[in-house]
Formats: sequence, C-alpha cells, structure tokens
Amino acid sequence: METALSHQKKPLGLTSEIYSRAIVDSLKKLNPRSMARNPVMFVVEVGSVLTTGLWVQALGGHGEAPAWYIGTVSLWLWFTVLFANFSEALAEGRGKAQAEGLRKARKQTMAKRLAHGARHGMPFEVVTSTVLQQGDTFLVEAGDVIPADGEVIEGIASVDESAITGESAPVIRESGGDRSAVTGGTRVLSDWLVVRLTAEPGGGFLDRMIHLIEGAKRQKTPNEIALNILLAAFTIIFLTVCVTLLPFSLFSVEVAGQGSAVTLTVLVALLVCLIPTTIGGLLSAIGIAGMDRMIRHNVIATSGRAIEAAGDVDVLLLDKTGTVTLGNRMATEFIPAPGIAKERLADAAQLASLADETPEGRSIAILAKEKYGLRGREVNAIAATFVPFSAQTRMSGVDISAEGTLHRRSIRKGAAESIKAFVEQQKGEFPVAVRQTAEEVSRSGGTPLVVAENGEVLGVIHLKDIVKGGIKERFSHLRKMGIKTVMITGDNPLTATAIAAEAGVDDFLAEAKPEDKLNLIRDYQRQGRLVAMTGDGTNDAPALAQADVAVAMNTGTQPAREAANMIDLDSNPTKLLEIVEIGKQLLMTRGTLTTFSIANDVAKYFAIIPAAFATTYPALNALNIMKLSSPESAILSAVIFNALIIVALIPLALKGVKYRPVSAVQLLRRHLLIYGVGGVVAPFVGIKLIDLALAAFGWA
Amino acid sequence: MTLIGIGQIILYLGVLLLVTKPLGTFIARVFQGERTFLDPVVAPLERLIYRVAAIDPRKEMNWKENAVAMLLFNGCGIVFLYLLQRVQQVLPLNPQGFGAVTPDSALNTAVSYVTNTNWQGYSGETTMSYLTQMAGMTVQNFLSAATGLAIMALFIRGIARHSVATLGNFWVDLTRSTLYILLPLAVILSLVLVSQGSVQNLSSYASAQFLQPTADTSGTRVTEQVIAMGPAASQVAIKHLGTNGGGFFNANASHPFESPTPLTDFLLLLAETCIAAGVCYTYGVMVGDKRQGWALLTAMLLIYVIAIVGLYAAESAGNPVLNGLGVDQHASALNPGGNMEGKETRLGIGPSILMATASTSTSTGAVNSMHDSYTPLGGLVPLVMMHLGEVVLGGVGSGLYGMLVFVIVAVFVAGLLVGRTPEYLGHKIEPFEMKMASLLILIMPIAVLVFTAIAVVTDAGKAGISNPGPHGFTEILYAFTSQGNNNGSAFAGLNANTPFYNCTGAIAMLIGRFWLAVPTLALAGSLARKKLIPSGEGTLPTHTPLFIFWLIAVILVVGALNFLPALALGPIVEFFMMPH
Repeated sequence: METALSHQKKPLGLTSEIYSRAIVDSLKKLNPRSMARNPVMFVVEVGSVLTTGLWVQALGGHGEAPAWYIGTVSLWLWFTVLFANFSEALAEGRGKAQAEGLRKARKQTMAKRLAHGARHGMPFEVVTSTVLQQGDTFLVEAGDVIPADGEVIEGIASVDESAITGESAPVIRESGGDRSAVTGGTRVLSDWLVVRLTAEPGGGFLDRMIHLIEGAKRQKTPNEIALNILLAAFTIIFLTVCVTLLPFSLFSVEVAGQGSAVTLTVLVALLVCLIPTTIGGLLSAIGIAGMDRMIRHNVIATSGRAIEAAGDVDVLLLDKTGTVTLGNRMATEFIPAPGIAKERLADAAQLASLADETPEGRSIAILAKEKYGLRGREVNAIAATFVPFSAQTRMSGVDISAEGTLHRRSIRKGAAESIKAFVEQQKGEFPVAVRQTAEEVSRSGGTPLVVAENGEVLGVIHLKDIVKGGIKERFSHLRKMGIKTVMITGDNPLTATAIAAEAGVDDFLAEAKPEDKLNLIRDYQRQGRLVAMTGDGTNDAPALAQADVAVAMNTGTQPAREAANMIDLDSNPTKLLEIVEIGKQLLMTRGTLTTFSIANDVAKYFAIIPAAFATTYPALNALNIMKLSSPESAILSAVIFNALIIVALIPLALKGVKYRPVSAVQLLRRHLLIYGVGGVVAPFVGIKLIDLALAAFGWA
Repeated sequence: MTLIGIGQIILYLGVLLLVTKPLGTFIARVFQGERTFLDPVVAPLERLIYRVAAIDPRKEMNWKENAVAMLLFNGCGIVFLYLLQRVQQVLPLNPQGFGAVTPDSALNTAVSYVTNTNWQGYSGETTMSYLTQMAGMTVQNFLSAATGLAIMALFIRGIARHSVATLGNFWVDLTRSTLYILLPLAVILSLVLVSQGSVQNLSSYASAQFLQPTADTSGTRVTEQVIAMGPAASQVAIKHLGTNGGGFFNANASHPFESPTPLTDFLLLLAETCIAAGVCYTYGVMVGDKRQGWALLTAMLLIYVIAIVGLYAAESAGNPVLNGLGVDQHASALNPGGNMEGKETRLGIGPSILMATASTSTSTGAVNSMHDSYTPLGGLVPLVMMHLGEVVLGGVGSGLYGMLVFVIVAVFVAGLLVGRTPEYLGHKIEPFEMKMASLLILIMPIAVLVFTAIAVVTDAGKAGISNPGPHGFTEILYAFTSQGNNNGSAFAGLNANTPFYNCTGAIAMLIGRFWLAVPTLALAGSLARKKLIPSGEGTLPTHTPLFIFWLIAVILVVGALNFLPALALGPIVEFFMMPH
C-alpha cells in the first residue's frame, strides 16, 4: 500500500497538481460568502468590484479617469484578492493531497461482524464497515483491513500501521495491556484479533485525521481571533481615512481653486494599499501551514489551539526513558574486586551474558569485546547451561562444566544483595570494597551488577543510563527560551539526581507514580504555567488530559490517545521539543508579517498622497521622495507592489519564520530589524522599481 | 534658537523629572489607601463625605458598577453645569449682569468642562457670571480631573491584580483624588499666583481712561478700557493642574491676570505636566515594578522632547514670507528672533512653545500664545501631539490609561514576534482585550475625521473659517482634533460659537471621553480577572530600551498614519506652498 504519510520531515511537497488545483480554488474562493470570513480581504474584494464598475463606466465614455488606467488598477486589485486566496488554497492543497491518500485506505472495507458476546471461532457475517455501531465486535484476520478504531479484546497479531505512521515495520497488537488499541485503515499481517469498536464510523482516528488535514474542522484559535480583531480595527480606521479624504479633497479643490477632487479609483487604491492586506491575505495560510508542519513531523494535532499552546509552553515534563536517555542501560565499565584481574572479570561477565538477550546483557558482551578483545564465543561450543533471570533469585548467569572434569563454573550476575546471598550460600565472602564500589556506582546514577564465580566475588559491572547525544544542548536552548524541563523517572532520587545533572534538566521527579505526575502538572498550572508532556500508557491518561499540550505516542493505548491533544505517529518522545518550536514558529510568522504589513504603509503614503492631490496641490510633489514618474504610475506601482508582496511572502507563510533558540529580547530585536525596519524600506525600493519598469515600457 | 530658550527647556524638563518621584510616591499612597501626611487635616473631611453620601469606602466594585457610577456622576455634572449657565442671570455673584448663555453654547460648555476638554466657544469675561465660573467651571475642573485619576487608579489595579472581579471603588478614588491630590496642590498654586499678581476678587470690572483715545475697527472713538476682574487665580491653578485648560479670560494663560510673571508661566507649565509624569511612577509602584513606570515615562518624554525641539526649531526659523520682505528674524539682544506673531513679547519663543507642546501633549489646551499664528510646521506639532491620542504625558489619569492601551497593542504584536501568545505583566492578552484596545484606538480617529469631513462639506461648517487655503482646513481639523481628544485648545481663527460647531463639538467631546472611558474600564475588569502568568526567560520584558523603542514606533504609526492624508492637505501643503 502506498503510504499516505511517510515519516520524518518532508519537503514542502508542492506538486504541479497542487498548484493547478490551488489556482482553481482561489477563483472559487471569490464567493463573497467565503470572503466575508476575512474582513481585510473582503474589503479588497468590494473595492475591486467598485473599481471594475468604474472601469465599465469609463468604457462607456463617462469615466472619472481613462479606462485603461481604471482597468489596470482594478485588475491588480483582483490579483490582490486572488493571490491571497491562492496562498490559502495552496496551504489547503497540500493537506488535501495527503487526506486523499488516507481516504483510499478507508474505502471499501468489509467487516466480519460477530454476534454480541461471541468469541473467536464463532460464525460471523460480512458487512460493510459503515453499518458498524459502537460496541460491536468484529474479527480481523491476516490480510484484513481493520474497518474502524477499536480495542482488542481477544488475540494477538502483527499489524501494518504504515497507512497512518508511514513506518513499514509491523507492530504487535494484543488484548489487555498497553498495546490493545487498533486504528481503522491499518492491516493485519498475521494471526487474528477480535476487536470491540470504540468509535462511531466516521468519528475514528483516521476520519479525524482526514478532517484535520483537510482543514474542514479548522477553527480559528484565540490568538488568531485577537489578531483578526486588531487587523479589522486597522481596516476600519483606514476605511474612515479614505472615505473622509473625499470631502477633504473636495474642500481643498474649492479653496485652492484648481485641480479636481481625488477619484474613487485612487481612494480605493489607497485603501487597499493601507489596510493590512499582506497579513490579512496570508493569515489563514499561516494557520493551515502550521497544522501542516506538524503533520510533516508526523504529529497530528487535534486542534490549532493545541499548536498555539505549544508555543507558550513553559514547563516540559519528559519521561526519562526514551526522551532524556536512550531506552536502555548500557555497561560502561568493569570494576574488579581487590586481587582480581580485570580480564577475568570481563571474561566472566561476558560468559554470564552470552545468552542474555536483554539490551543490558548484550551491552556487557559488547563492552567485553571492545575493551578486552574477548571475542564472543559460540554458545554451543562450550557445555554451558544458562540460568535465566528469575524473580526469586534475581540473578542470571551460566553454569559451565569443563570437559572431562567435575569442576563446574557457576557464574552469576545480579544486584549486590542477591549476589551476596549467592556467595554466602557457598561459604564465600562478600568483600567490603565491592560493596563500596557498588554504592559509588549507584550514587553516580548508574546501576551496579555484581559478578561472582562460585563463592568468589569478581567485581562490579557499571550499567549506566546513556543520555541522548545533543540533548543537553537542546535543554539549554529551551532554558534560554524560558522553558523549564522536568525529568520524570521511576528511579530512586540518587540515580535521578545524577542523570538530571548529566542531561542538564532543570528539575526532576524521582520515584514518580502516575498520580505524582498529575499532581505535578496541577501544581505548575496553579502557578499559571503551561505544561506539556508525552505519554503512552493508560495510566498516563489522566495526566495527559490535565496537561495543556499532551502528546500521546501512536503506539500508546486508546485512553492515552483519547486524552491527548496531539498524537505522534513516530512515537518519539523527543518530538515534544519540535512541537514547541513549531508552535513558536506559527506565532512568530503571524507577528512578523503583521509588522511588515503595517510598516509598508509609510512608503505607500509617500507614493499615493502626492499623486492623489497632484492637480489640487502641486506643491505636495515635494513628498514624492521616490521621484515616481507620474501620478498614475505612482498609484499603479503601489497597488502592484501591494499585490506582488503577497505572492513573494507565500513561501515564508508556508514555511514559517525560522526558529532560533535565543532570548525574547534578542528575538524581538532581530525581528523588528528584519520585518519592521525592512518593512519600512522594502516598499520604497519595490515601488520605485515597479515605477521604473512601468515607465520603461511606457505603460504609465 | 537662543541659549536662554534652550536653557528654559532644559530647566523645565529637569524640574519635571525632579518632582516625578515624590509626587508619584504620594499619589500611590493615596490610591493604595495608605496614610499620608495630609491625613490629620483631610481624613475627617473624607469620612464626612462618605457619611453624607452614604458610601461604604471598603466596598469594592467590579468594572460595570464603577462605569455606571462614573457615567452617573458625570451625567449629573453636565446637567448641573448646563442649568447653571442657563439661569445665571437670576443668580447672585453676577456684577456685570450677564444674561443666560445660549442653549447650544451652554451645552457645549457643560460637556466641555465635564469631559476635561475645556474647549471654549465663549469668552469668559463677557459671558459667565462669577458664580458660574466658581460653582460651575472651577468645580468641574476638579471633578473632571479627579474622574480621570479615578479611572486610572481602577485601571492600574486591573493590571496589578489577578483572579479578582473588582477594581476598587470609583467614589473613593474620586474623593481621594480631589481631597488629597488636586485640592492641596491647587490651594498652594493659587496662593503663589495671587502673590505674583493674578486677580482673585468678586468686584465688578474696573475701567481706565486712555491717555490717548483710539478708534476701533468701525471707526468709533474709544476713550476707556474695561478691565475684567474676578476669582481668576483659584480657577487658573486647577485649570493647569487638572489639565483642563479653560481660561478664566478669553486670552487664557497669555492674559496677565491669569499668569502675570515668567515665574507663574513656568509654574503653570509645570503644573499641567507634573501629575501626568508623577502617575507613571505611581503606576510602577502599584504594579510592583517601578521599571514599568519609568519605561512609560521614558517613552513619553522621548516623544515629548522631539516635539519640543521640532516646534522650537520651526518657530525660531521664522516665517519665510517675511524673510523675502527683508524682515530681520534673527535672534539678537533687541530681537527675540523667529516667528513672534501671536506670542507674548514678555515670554518669547521658548516659554510659548513649551506651553504649546505641554498643553497639547497633555489634555490641557491652555495657551499662552496663539497656535493659529504658528508657522505651518509649528502648527503641525500641536496637532500631531493630539493625534497621538494624548498619551504623551496626557491628561491627568487619562494619559496613562491611554498609554497603557498602546502598551497592550505593542505587547500583542511583540509577543507574536517572539513566538508566545502575548502577555503583559502576567496577564494574557486575548480576544476580549484586543477588542477593547482596538475600540480604544479607533474611536478617536473616526470621530475626528468624520466630524471634520462633515464640517468641510456643509455651509454651516465652512462659515466659521476665517483663513483661506489649507490654513482654513487646518483650523477645522484642529477644532475637532482638540475636542475629540478632550484637549480644548483652539487654533483660533475659527468662529466656533455657532450651533453647528457647539453641537458637533459636544458630541465629539462626549465620544472622546466616555466612549473611551467605558471600554477602558472593561479592559481593566478583564485584566483583573486573569490568572497570573509568572514571568520567565521567554517572557518579553516591557521595560527595556528595545521595548520602549517599539512602543514609540507603535504610537507613532498608529497615531501618525491615520492623520497623514489630512495633515497633508493642511499644514504640510501649507509649508510646501511657502517660498523656501
């Protein structure tokens, strides 16, 4: 099956198909009913209609200005609207393409419905998935597509979830425990499952994802609404400015005794140039693109609000295992007991671990090989009996009978207490030095494994949590941004302290139980902080529901996924850091384009005011500091610049402003310089260049 | 520019900064209900007022209750002042026997004084009885200023507080503003004014024989001069302290009986700006971070100094038309230099432009020179200062809360720029706050522009113009800018005492005051309810030079961009039309 979403970041993914569809959509969006949702662009559309009417009038010979001039202005005003629509259509288009892939996965599924309370092996009826009701049970067997979201109540199977995660490696789904949730649209590869439906068809995970991606359910976020209000206020003010300019101009003509009043065409042009069309036109694209960027990171956010909140998060709760450290402890050192050679300890440790398939066990074998050149021996070559780890003995190891002798080597590794019991049973002694070594290892955040052969203690293996590479730098970046990192671990405080120090987190919660996590989140929230966390287990669900930004792993249980407001399809806890960055990017993009848009107005005034009153007050030409060639060219250049700048900024709106982990003050300085000062300067240059081009081609 | 002129500017700014902290500290104590050194004298009076008015000073009110109280109180003020003017002819203390004020003028004046505008379509010395001046104008000078301070106190508490619904008690803040802040300062200033020669009496007008008879414009022989009298000093003191600005005499602060000496001129200048500067410090104290107050004051003073220097340069440069006629406009021992038209020779350019800037930056509107006679760019400065919304120092109280609205807009955009949903001093800025802030920044420009537009296309509006060309346009724009911003200064030249201007002006003044005050209180109420968001590294600090710069940029962009086209057709084109 073709995967709808491949994992890892994808490029912008704009195909020519998306472009051509966006062009059609931008025309469809001219429908005033859909335009009215965006007050800024709605004003532009009304202005375009008005000038088009004036153009028709001018064609009839009664125009307020030459028809070609009014026509050109109208054309570019229409372009302004279309460019804004295009940006939105483009942002939506990418989502639509992805959504279609997902839809294919959902189509034409048949379900093997079981009678109520029936178990595997009983007869079933084949129905289409759409007739399934919540609470129905159905059977899926190898090769079947799971018709809807549900919980496994019987069986175990390997499932291909690549349709939603893009990950081709199959995952195990089984009844009970943390791996019982299945998603509609995924495919069973082997064995069978009996599943109880947990979501109504159409309300399942895949459906929600399609909705989200298509933007059908996209609601404006509080911040977007607040910004829209500000933009609407600017629009109303500038509308007043332009409307009152007509009487002002009539009066001026009267007192100056020369010239003619400003034309409606010029007033509409001035209005469109002044109102914040750049941000107004791109605002919706920015929001959609933010959602889309999450999707490209394989994170599905249930609402735009959640993405926005991610930018605001100031406390990150991170599970130690998998986020701060690599999943498993690794052997890093052999510390022999007094009088024992290091090689002997290493040899014994390796022998004891040869059949130990746990990651810890393998890491011991590898360390012995790398550090002491002890090659892995063939297990069958030596007459060995392996003693697996058991809860009673809390040790594992190996018994080797040397050939032809009765001598038997009993090698064990385990916690200090267990090994002590083991050697004392054989009349051996547990050296004080070894006890001290074990304690030191514990204190440093590691786990000591003591190795003994028969009654003799050989030494200690230092197992260590390996902090992920580069994680310390990321935490320090987060600190600079004002985000506090808190590590959650079930370890004892001693171990937790050491790892926290090594990873550079700001705080930790040791010996954490699920309810501790919930309380910690509540505490932070009481202080007014926004908390983000990741989780996967059912016992994480309350904390996930409480957290402001809750990211559930896709491998997690259904309750966890329900409680979260984001789902990471890659199930990578470190993704939280990227989610925060995307949230910030979204807000920054809005801020920078708003600043840029308003800053642009300065230059537009200098272009339009002298031109608008050229006949009444020629003296105002002193304000024509760009030395634009003619009043018509000045107004056209401003309008054209205003339209083209939207197109020029579409990539920025879709990609987002580059995120930098620096302090708020540094960020503000940088963005004010680029988008504030730049926003003042850019249109002076742009309008002048357009004017030169118009003059060179003799168009105005 | 002269050394003395520059010296005067520096001296003034220096003294202003010196009084900021002590005054601000005192005002903070007043609004936080703490003990002050005035308690032994004032506290019994305060308690008496509460008892008589049946006010429980400990009862806190939410924003709506406060807004209703404020509107009710000011509404009564308008009715009272209107009636007082309409029946003054039958009331005592009217030695000149002035008749009833016309209905439209009385309405305009009543609204004007209650809204702290003090726009005057009338001449005090030929219209108002002493009783009207004292019980009407002077009382409203105190109460409108106290209303501004009370709204400010409520607004500051909105920012200082978290997770509560109440802002304080309007009645208490109103009473304490009057008794502890305005009254004591006004008493002292009145006494100084009297000591310097301001009049303060209830006598009928004096007359003096001319040594050399003259003739008026119609050719009638004039042999004597009538010298107006009255309780001027007591009204002049609060007129400046309360940023009211309505002159006892028509010539306002240029009249020698209002401000007789350079010292009084200096003190009046200081009086109209000291409370506005002081409350910035008060703000810092009340929100628990003095840097916030200093940051606001710095932003204000930076714009203020630019305006002063710009205006001073424009007026010192003189009139280019006169240059062409060979008139010497250079400063010398015998010549103040520059454009002296409409300015008092006893004051000169420095004190004139200082008063003009202070008067239009704050909402005072008192003048000691005639703005109509300024050079085009000189006249532009007072206009622009008002267009900024009078947030540079601004009216007592109203300047600070107006400034804080700009801060909220600045914080909103800056917050986005750094990738956080915006917050100010621990309050998240959400749609409701932006709705109120947007309303607050858009009402004033709309009122000013729409009324100006109506005036320039109606005969009634055009009838008042006395100057041709763009200058006439500036006169109308100035009149509505002044009233829409509750400033009250006049560009002069416009005959505004007509039913048209009296009525449109009254509406503009009401909008400028109360349509802004109510959303301001709503904003405060919403901020107070918010949960505190503790600040951290990611929080954008609002006291840094960078933020101050950004705030200034927001004020200039929002203020200047709205009015640029209108200004282009007034002072700006007038400037370019002059020979250079």
